[in-house]
Amino acid sequence: MGSYVQWGALANIVVFGLIIGAGLPTLYGLGVRSLDSSSRAVGRAAGLYKAGAYACFALVVLVIFGALAFIAAGGH
Amino acid sequence: MVVTALVFDFTNGFHDTGNAMAPSIATRALKPKQAVLLAAVLNMVGAFLSLTVAATIAKGIVDSSVVTLGVVLAGLAGGIIWNLITWLVRLPSSSSHALVGGVVGAVLAAAGAAGVNWSGLVSKVMLPALIAPLVAITVGVVGTMLVTRVTRPVSQKSNDRSFRFGQIGSASLMALAHGTNDAQKTMGIILLALIAAGAVEPDAGVPPWVIVACAIAMALGTYTGGWRVIRTLGKGLVRLDSRQGMSADMSSASVILLSSHFGYSLSTTHVATGSILGTGVGRKGATVGWSVARKMFLAWGITVPAAAAVGGLCYGIGELFGPTVGPFVVFGILVATSGVIYLFSRNQPISAHNVNDDWDPTVNEESILADSVTMHNPSLMRVPKAPRRRKRRPAPVPKKSKGSKNSTKSKKR
Repeated sequence: MGSYVQWGALANIVVFGLIIGAGLPTLYGLGVRSLDSSSRAVGRAAGLYKAGAYACFALVVLVIFGALAFIAAGGH
Repeated sequence: MVVTALVFDFTNGFHDTGNAMAPSIATRALKPKQAVLLAAVLNMVGAFLSLTVAATIAKGIVDSSVVTLGVVLAGLAGGIIWNLITWLVRLPSSSSHALVGGVVGAVLAAAGAAGVNWSGLVSKVMLPALIAPLVAITVGVVGTMLVTRVTRPVSQKSNDRSFRFGQIGSASLMALAHGTNDAQKTMGIILLALIAAGAVEPDAGVPPWVIVACAIAMALGTYTGGWRVIRTLGKGLVRLDSRQGMSADMSSASVILLSSHFGYSLSTTHVATGSILGTGVGRKGATVGWSVARKMFLAWGITVPAAAAVGGLCYGIGELFGPTVGPFVVFGILVATSGVIYLFSRNQPISAHNVNDDWDPTVNEESILADSVTMHNPSLMRVPKAPRRRKRRPAPVPKKSKGSKNSTKSKKR
């Protein structure tokens, strides 16, 4: 049955699926947590947390649009 | 012919877009109508993005030299009928499998076993169908575990708010992904039909008008009938909170997009269901409706053969009536079946207003209500025209002793 399964494609899907599918929500979660901490922290720490949160969100958005652009460019 | 294919896309919209939107509706991140509209639009966009899968369907599974219009029509009819049946019983079975099954059945009836590209069928359709849910479950589990771990110190309230926002994004992505994968299957079939009719060269790509027509048909289908399956997925399987919802969406979207990219024709249904199950498993204390899940797996198992049977049957009927009348007869059967199924579906309508009601408490509540009414005052008993699915509180039950007295009295009357 070995030849029936495209192991290469499958492995790719699993690996990238884990990185993107599980990684992005986690990153978003980190952002949320960081934003939450910023509302409780005071002074410079609050600013740092906030910056971290927005960095996380920005990265998530960036990855998504990057991936979409990649697919749109490669799929056709 | 093309119309039939578009009808298939319409039922596909009924069926599949529900998957994309179920989590965000269930967690109330989006209002049901907004969600479905969003899904419809993004599906259309997705259909334009990538066309790898259409090619697989059109070329990988059956020998295109034996494909005639009659075969394609019968295959489509098989797919549509099976789609509608599963839609009626609210099971998110795979419409792609229904389609493939229908076509395979029709080809079997027409040309025998030689016409089917068995290794293509196994490697491109059957095995991915087994693998897809597993991959999705894995990703869903890992994602949910990480997310819940990371956000543990955050209060439930701000979690909910933030992740609902995130879910809008992830659900959109999911709808887009669905467009890149599922919408294409029909395009593949229409391409097959066009090749069979000689309208285009066998190695031609998909013409743009086909893309547009498919996308519109699917969007319409989603908007009119997606509710039933949404309900099963969003409510019957796992009790989702917004964090799980986002993980589920992201996990399915990424798996689907990746497999589209590699030309793997996965069933979006299987992936979405797998992801939702995965998020249920990945979070401690979450309840998974395993009995519902079992029913789904069963339905997946029989989808291909069942649709193949219907497809083969349709082809046989079409042949019986000859090449000129046959197609119309098949089409007529299709319309009739659809009508009957539609009538059945009116029995238990599910639409935007009750898509989020709790899972099946209605039966109990109705019977409690009925019990208490019969006990106390049978004259209150009226048979409602159609069983309503709105959640109803049981009527305040008066004390038992009084009730039984009343009932004896009224019986004497």
